[in-house]
Amino acid sequence: MTARAALEVRDLGVRFGGVSALQGVSFAVSRGSVTSLIGPNGAGKTTAFNVITGFQRPSSGEVRHDGVHITGWRPHRIARRGLVRTFQKTSVFPALSVMENVLTGLHLRGKAGVAAAWLGRRRVREEERRLRGEALELMSFVGLDARRDDGAANLSYGDQRLLELAVALAAAPRLLLLDEPASGMTSAEKIALTRLIRKILEAGVTVFLVEHDMRLVMGISDRVLVLSYGRLIADGTAAEVQNDPEVIRAYLGAGARADA
Amino acid sequence: MRWLALGALLAVTATAPFWVWNPYHLHTLIMAGIFAVLALSLNLLLGYTGQLSLGHAAFFGIGAYATALLTVKLEWSPWLGLLAAVALPAAAGFVIGRLALKLRGAYFVLLTISFAGVISLISVNWTELTNGPPGLPGVPALEVALPGLPALSLRSKAAYYYLVLTAVGLADLLCLGLMRSRVGRALVALRENETLAESVGIDGTHYLVLAAVISAGMAGFAGGLYAHYTRYVSPEVFLFSYTVTMVIMVVAGGKGTLAGPIAGAVIFTVLPEALRAVTSWQWQMLAYGAFLIAVLYFMPRGIVPTLRDLGRRP
Repeated sequence: MTARAALEVRDLGVRFGGVSALQGVSFAVSRGSVTSLIGPNGAGKTTAFNVITGFQRPSSGEVRHDGVHITGWRPHRIARRGLVRTFQKTSVFPALSVMENVLTGLHLRGKAGVAAAWLGRRRVREEERRLRGEALELMSFVGLDARRDDGAANLSYGDQRLLELAVALAAAPRLLLLDEPASGMTSAEKIALTRLIRKILEAGVTVFLVEHDMRLVMGISDRVLVLSYGRLIADGTAAEVQNDPEVIRAYLGAGARADA
Repeated sequence: MRWLALGALLAVTATAPFWVWNPYHLHTLIMAGIFAVLALSLNLLLGYTGQLSLGHAAFFGIGAYATALLTVKLEWSPWLGLLAAVALPAAAGFVIGRLALKLRGAYFVLLTISFAGVISLISVNWTELTNGPPGLPGVPALEVALPGLPALSLRSKAAYYYLVLTAVGLADLLCLGLMRSRVGRALVALRENETLAESVGIDGTHYLVLAAVISAGMAGFAGGLYAHYTRYVSPEVFLFSYTVTMVIMVVAGGKGTLAGPIAGAVIFTVLPEALRAVTSWQWQMLAYGAFLIAVLYFMPRGIVPTLRDLGRRP
């Protein structure tokens, strides 16, 4: 466990009744890298994300973010540390416009409380102007600036996924967890997404990815972790993992192609 | 065009006591104003955070009893009584909000109903404090004492109308201030997608408690205004039908808007009185129900949002 690790997970276990969703999982995500977590369906990838971001309490083990113990913290407190995630199922604020979605994501970058809302009208107005500016930047970063006044529910599936990304980026992450960001995207959209992830990385954000699209994963990842039945079975570079016999067996056993 | 309509509406409201000759009609308008404050308060929870409080009459009643008890039994100044009518329900709102920590949706509804039930029973049975079912008569009228001038009693309906109108304006401004800041966005985020809200750093519990406290304080304020207006408080202030009326006003008027609850309050306070003037009581309830169903069927988002969209289209 080096000092350069953005995220360290040690001996993580999650049990649902008698079933082990995760068992003795340990790994680290180094700062400034792209790390991917792959594995057949039901391997425990999303459960791992849920534990790391506070949506699920682990039965055992610990999670450290930049060296700080965050196991069992509530999600909003973890987000406040700069550890932000997206969700496997598209998750936006459906009744709000694209602009309002991103503004809501910017919550942590504002300060106004109730007292300011009632008494400090000018300060609030200035803050709102600043936040709107930042929202515009984020929308153009993901390429949704032309759709800023559209309702989130009216966006295409791919655009909703981009909006999710903008909302997550609005929360000023240092470590960004993306749960299957490419699922449901067309191949053109996937290429744009890959480019976007590279840009996010260049902005100094560490990226941790759960993804089924192997071309995307192998093309972008510095490191690949493989989960199978709740256990970590491989941890290495894309090339190492692709040729790992146990990984091939896990995928074939689950009915998937190892070279997919 | 929009500004013209708004200006006309303001002029009509501001001059009402001068051309509404019938005191009973003015009384109806005052009650509409008190209900507007209540509807705005309920809207903070139901319209913005999406949590349905079916015990809102409890906060209203606690406010009414707080100022009535303090002014009648301890002879406090009615203005201090009004302050207590905000503080005490707000404290109750804090407790309810904290209890609702892990209780959302249906559980929140049940919790608020039970809370209102308990408070109502206390008002009936703790006779040493509340005087039980006969209630507390002799609640003093509010007085405005400016230095150098004789004290002005707000005993007349016209004066009270303006006090209530100010209260509605203040409540609306408080809601507007919240909704124009990140606080309001956080409340709406909880309604829209609590998981996502938490994941971008919004503390759901904090904002839910905050909304409950402000909402309860506002409802209590309406209760205080009611107590000093009718000059009498009884356990009837806890009637469940008050809560139901508030919900109707918010939903039919347009939840999650600032004008909707006010419009709903005026319509659903005036409507029963208007019906009473034209028909027998059997037909009154039937017409009220038919109107409500028609509104919800043809304007499911509420009167104000529907009309607003109609005005925007041409």
